Amino acid sequence: MSDLSDLYQEVILDHNKRPRNFRTIASPSHHAEGYNPLCGDRLNLYVQVDGNVITDVAFQGSGCAISKASASLMTDAVKGQTVTEARALFERFHHVVTTPPDQPVEDLGKLSVLAGVREFPVRVKCASLAWHTLKAALEREQRASTE
Amino acid sequence: MTPSAPSATTDARIGFDVQKVRRDFPILAERVHGKPLVYLDSANTSQKPQAVLDAMDEYYRHANANIHRATHLLSERATALYEGARAKAATFINAPDPKTIVLTKGTTDGINLVAQSYGRSVLKPGDEVVLSWLEHHSNIVPWQLVCEQTGARLRVVPINDAGEVDIDQYASMLSARTRIVAIGHVSNALGTINPVREIIEQAHARGAVVLIDGAQAIPHLAVDVQALDCDFYVFSSHKMFGPTGVGVLYGRQSLLEAMPPYQGGGDMIASVTFEKTCYNVVPYKFEAGTPNIAGVAGFGAAVDYLMGIDRAAALAHEDDVLAYATTRVREIPGARIFGEAKHKTGVLSFLLEGVHPHDAGTILDNEGVAVRTGQHCAQPVMDRFGITATIRASLAIYNTREEIDVLVRALERVRGVFA
Repeated sequence: MSDLSDLYQEVILDHNKRPRNFRTIASPSHHAEGYNPLCGDRLNLYVQVDGNVITDVAFQGSGCAISKASASLMTDAVKGQTVTEARALFERFHHVVTTPPDQPVEDLGKLSVLAGVREFPVRVKCASLAWHTLKAALEREQRASTE
Repeated sequence: MTPSAPSATTDARIGFDVQKVRRDFPILAERVHGKPLVYLDSANTSQKPQAVLDAMDEYYRHANANIHRATHLLSERATALYEGARAKAATFINAPDPKTIVLTKGTTDGINLVAQSYGRSVLKPGDEVVLSWLEHHSNIVPWQLVCEQTGARLRVVPINDAGEVDIDQYASMLSARTRIVAIGHVSNALGTINPVREIIEQAHARGAVVLIDGAQAIPHLAVDVQALDCDFYVFSSHKMFGPTGVGVLYGRQSLLEAMPPYQGGGDMIASVTFEKTCYNVVPYKFEAGTPNIAGVAGFGAAVDYLMGIDRAAALAHEDDVLAYATTRVREIPGARIFGEAKHKTGVLSFLLEGVHPHDAGTILDNEGVAVRTGQHCAQPVMDRFGITATIRASLAIYNTREEIDVLVRALERVRGVFA
């Protein structure tokens, strides 16, 4: 039986209630809109890249606790990273949330609180929406989708 | 005031034995996440009684063959089951003749058939198709497609804050340009029962043809297509305790006969040469290819099942459970109900303050309670209320007040997590 407390951990509930970097950036170097047609979750991600470094990142939108917390944690995690590092972190995060729950995964620090979604397959898309949007923003696509 | 009488009392008063009905549906004994299943997602798809499961099993064990074409006994049995289901469907909705019953893949298929066959052949640039704001995407997109193809345009009748179609606005939208009115009998997102009789009468007065999307009405209301005087009535088997992949399009015979085929293939033809093909008569003209025979056999059993129960008593029972659910959910602090039409059936759509429906859905599921969360394929309805999603508890004849109590306790748990 899947344990709910693995999904709704304190850290996630806190980031849902008080999302970090929940704002816009005026004329950012990169921007993308993420949309999950399944549940209607929508988020706008603003990224400021200077040189090859993400100097600022922010988001706005409406979504469930998992997608909002994931976006919040992601913005904290990638701020200060190079674009290459952020892309690599996308791959590592994606691997963690899509690995079956009975298999070990690497420790991603704070981001690891989202590993609980593995027990709730329909919620994996919620956790990855922000990351797909980041990837799209960095590739300068206008719209990301979890489909 | 909280209605607190247990279901047994209510059931005795209205003469409906819900426990007996529950025993007909084997899946209702299922446990999910270690808890008894509380299935409140019947507007999405209903559960199936043993009789339906048996009919499909029997078909494959004793009658599996293709219909309408072979001379052997199994084919005769299969054809009898298939045509028998058509005749049952005709009786079920009081259609004048089984010929007016086209067996489809479902409601969506039926609407697309009418849009592409009837709509595409009659619509001209400047003509209008009238829908309501309540429609399911499947009663919007097929009309958008045919409007793009023909140069006709869509008119959308607004709804009020209670989720009721504005009948005055509807009347003022009808004109000599209105060719087709396509409207849901019951809203899947809010449960509103539309005054379809009145809607049809007004459309006919303007010379328009009316399609009623009955997907959400058919499991709850007794439907009489002749009394309604609709031109087309479409519904799905899977919403009325039958299998998925089967549906019905009732059409006025004169219209069906004048309509061009929708898809070409076997069974829909009378003769084929490379020079010319003659089409089969209705309804076969619209049934190309080998259909879902086992599904149709199951659908026939579902019709028998519904005709074998007291529908008025079943509806009174459902109304009682819906009223109880509405009262109980309204009592929850921070709960907001969407869709408070005077005439409603089967659906309670709501939100809890500070909780995204998707999170509520996961926690409810963990408590054994199956609901749908999201936009319910009715994005315009969500937009109308300025929201992106709701929690939707939807009912069928087998639900009880006790299950609503489980839902309410589970919603308390949801509030606890997000307090």
